[in-house]
Amino acid sequence: MIALRVTKRDVMPRKKEYAVRVLAVVLSIVFAGVIMLFFGLDPFEIFKSLVVGSVGTQMRIKQTLIKAIPLCIASLGISVAFRMKFWNIGAEGQITLGAAAATFVALNLGQTTPKPVMLLVMAMAAIVAGGLWAFIPAIFKAKLGTNETIFTLMLNYIAIKFVMYLQYGPWIDPAAQGFPKIAMFSENAILPNVFGLHIGWIIALVLVIVVHVFISKTKKGYEISVVGQSVETARYAGMNISNIIITAMLLSGGMCGLVGMIQASAIEKSLVYSIANNYGFTAIITAWLARLNSAAILLVCIVFAMLIQGGAYIQIAMNVPSSVSSIVQGTILFFVLGSEFFLQYKIGRVPQLQKEVA
Amino acid sequence: MKKIFALVLILALALGSFAACGGGEEQPEVTEPELTVGFIFIGPINDGGYTQAHYEGAVRMKEHFEGKVDFKYIENVNDSDTQASLTAGQNLLDQGCDVIVGASFGFMEALDQLANSGDYDDKYFLHFSGYMANETNFDNFFGSIDEARYLAGMVAGSMTESNKLGYVGAMPYTEVMIGINAYTLGAQSVNPDVEVSVVYIGSWGDPEKELAAAEQLLAEGCDIITQHSDSTGPQLAAQDAGAYAIGYNLANPAAPNAYLTAPIWHHDAYYIYAVENILAGTFKPESYYGTMATGYIALAPMSDLVPAEVQQLVEAKKAEMVAGTFAPFSGYIENADGTVLCEEGQSLDRGQIWAIGQLVKGAK
Repeated sequence: MIALRVTKRDVMPRKKEYAVRVLAVVLSIVFAGVIMLFFGLDPFEIFKSLVVGSVGTQMRIKQTLIKAIPLCIASLGISVAFRMKFWNIGAEGQITLGAAAATFVALNLGQTTPKPVMLLVMAMAAIVAGGLWAFIPAIFKAKLGTNETIFTLMLNYIAIKFVMYLQYGPWIDPAAQGFPKIAMFSENAILPNVFGLHIGWIIALVLVIVVHVFISKTKKGYEISVVGQSVETARYAGMNISNIIITAMLLSGGMCGLVGMIQASAIEKSLVYSIANNYGFTAIITAWLARLNSAAILLVCIVFAMLIQGGAYIQIAMNVPSSVSSIVQGTILFFVLGSEFFLQYKIGRVPQLQKEVA
Repeated sequence: MKKIFALVLILALALGSFAACGGGEEQPEVTEPELTVGFIFIGPINDGGYTQAHYEGAVRMKEHFEGKVDFKYIENVNDSDTQASLTAGQNLLDQGCDVIVGASFGFMEALDQLANSGDYDDKYFLHFSGYMANETNFDNFFGSIDEARYLAGMVAGSMTESNKLGYVGAMPYTEVMIGINAYTLGAQSVNPDVEVSVVYIGSWGDPEKELAAAEQLLAEGCDIITQHSDSTGPQLAAQDAGAYAIGYNLANPAAPNAYLTAPIWHHDAYYIYAVENILAGTFKPESYYGTMATGYIALAPMSDLVPAEVQQLVEAKKAEMVAGTFAPFSGYIENADGTVLCEEGQSLDRGQIWAIGQLVKGAK
C-alpha cells in the first residue's frame, strides 16, 4: 500500500505559482464547457453571454456593482477574523441580524426623524447587532477554547430562523392580509444614491482603505496578525489574547452587520429572512481567494459579482436552467480554490524511515 | 495583489477568446417578434403545478400569436424577496422584454416599483393575484378559483369515508382562506358531516414540506388530500397512503391511483387577452377577474376514480355556475368563530370575498 501524506510547501517560485493559477482557470473553463456540452448547450455562446450579461450595458454594470458591494464589505469583515486564524463562518447570520436591528430602528423611530439621523442610528444598531452575534463565539473561544467554526456556522441558522419568526409572526405587516412580509421602510430610512448607485459603494471603498490601514499600520492590527501567526508568540510578547480575539470579532461582525443594514435599506427597503442572500458564505471564498488582502478583495468581489450577474443573464437569454449556471459557478470555484491547496501543500509518499523508527 | 490582478486578467482574456470564437457563427434568419413578454416565476417550469400552469399558458399564448409574440422567463425567484424580484424584472427588461408578468403574489412590490419608476413608461407590468395597479401600465389579474374549489369540494365530500378532508395550505393569507372556505362549503353541500383540516407550510411551495404536511393529515385520518401549494408532493403522499388526492393549478395526474381532479387555471385566457390589447394599443388597467364562465377557471376532467353519479352532480352545479345562477359564497354561511359570513338570500361580491379573514365552520 502506498501511504500518502500532505505537507506544507516551502515558498514556491513566482513563475510556478502563476503557472498553477493559470492552469486552474483554464481547467475550470474547459470543465465548465464540458458540463455545458453535456447539457446540450453551446459553451462558447455561454461564456460570451456571461461577460456581455455582466458588463454589456450600463444597467448590467450597475447590477454587477450592486452585488459587489455587500460581497466586498462582508469579505473585509471576514478577512479581519481570518487574519487571526479565527474562522468566522458566521457572516451570513451577522448580516441577517444587522439587517434585523436596522429594520427595528427603521420601523420604530418614526417617519419624521431626519434622514441622516435615521440612517446613522440604523447603521449603529446594525454594527452593534452584527458585532454582538460575533462576540458570542469570540468570548467562548477566548475563555473556553471552543471551536469557532461550528459555533459561528450554527449561529447563522439561529439568526435566519429568528428573522423568519419575526417575518411570519411579530413583525408581519398587518396591511398584507396574512402574507408573511414585513412593512416597507419609509423614505427617510432608505440610503441615498450617488452617481446612480446607492451610497454603499462609497462605504465599501472607504472600508477597503480603513481595513488596510488598520491591519498594516496600527498596533491592534499588528497584534491580530501575530495571534494569527502564533498564539504562543503573542503570549510571549505579553499580548492580551482574549482581548485581541474579542476586538477582532467585534470588528468582523460589525462590518458584516453593516452589510445587513445596507441591503435592507438600499436594496430590499424592508427585511426578509433571506436578506443575506448567501453573500456571507460567498464572501468567505472571496476573502480567501484575495489572500485576505484588502485591495485584492475589491477586485475579486467585482469578478465574483460578474459571475453572479452573468449567471442570471444566461438564465434568461439562453433558457439555461438556473441549476446549470450554479454548476458552472461551482466548477470554477472548485478549480480555483483547489489550486490554492496545491500552492500551499504538496502530496508525497510517507518516507519509509518513519516506519522503521516506529 | 499582482497575482490576483494577473488572475483576473487571465480570466478576462480566456473569456474574451471564447467570446471571439463564438461570435463567428451564423444565425439563421428569423422574423423579429413584435412583442416579448418576460415572466418571473417562483418555481421551476416543470414543477407539475403552479409554475408549470403559468408556463404552459405562456407557451399557448406564443402559439396563438404565430411568431408575432415571443416570451422569456426566469425561474426560481424568491417571492418574499423584493431584491430578487426586482433584479429578475430588470434583467428581463434589459433583455428586451416589453411586458413583465409577475407570476406570484410577492412580486407585487417589485412590479409596482418598476412600473412607477418613470424608466419603463412604455413597458407593461401584469401581476397575478395582487391588488396593486396604476392608471396606465400596471395591472393585476386573478380569477374566481373558488368556483372550481367548490366543485372539487363536492367531489371530496361525496367520496370521503372518514368524513375528514385534508388541506395542505400555503399560509393563512386571504387568497388561501377563500379557497379553503369554498372547498369546505362544496363538501358540506353534499355531506354536512364533513370536516376539513388545514396544515400551513409557510411558503407557496416546497415539495418536502408539502409532502410532510400531507403525511401529517393522512396520519390524522384524512382520506382525501387537496392542496393550495405548488408541487405534486401532496398527491404523491396520498397515493402512498392509499388515499385520494385533488390537485391544484394544472390537470396533472402525477399520482394516477389517487388523483381525482383539480381546480385549474387557463392562464393563456388572460395572457392572450392582455397581449392583444397591448398590441392594439387599447390596454387599460382594469383588475381582470376571470371566471368559470369566461374560461379562465376550470375543474380539470374528473378521473375514472370518481363515480359517474358524482360526476353528474358536479357537472350540473358547474352548469349553474356558468349560467350565473349559483355562486359558492351565497346563502347562510357561518364562520368558525360563530359570526355570520353571509346572510340567507345574500351573495358575496368580489370585494366581500377578498375581505375574508377566517375559515368557515367545519374547517380548522
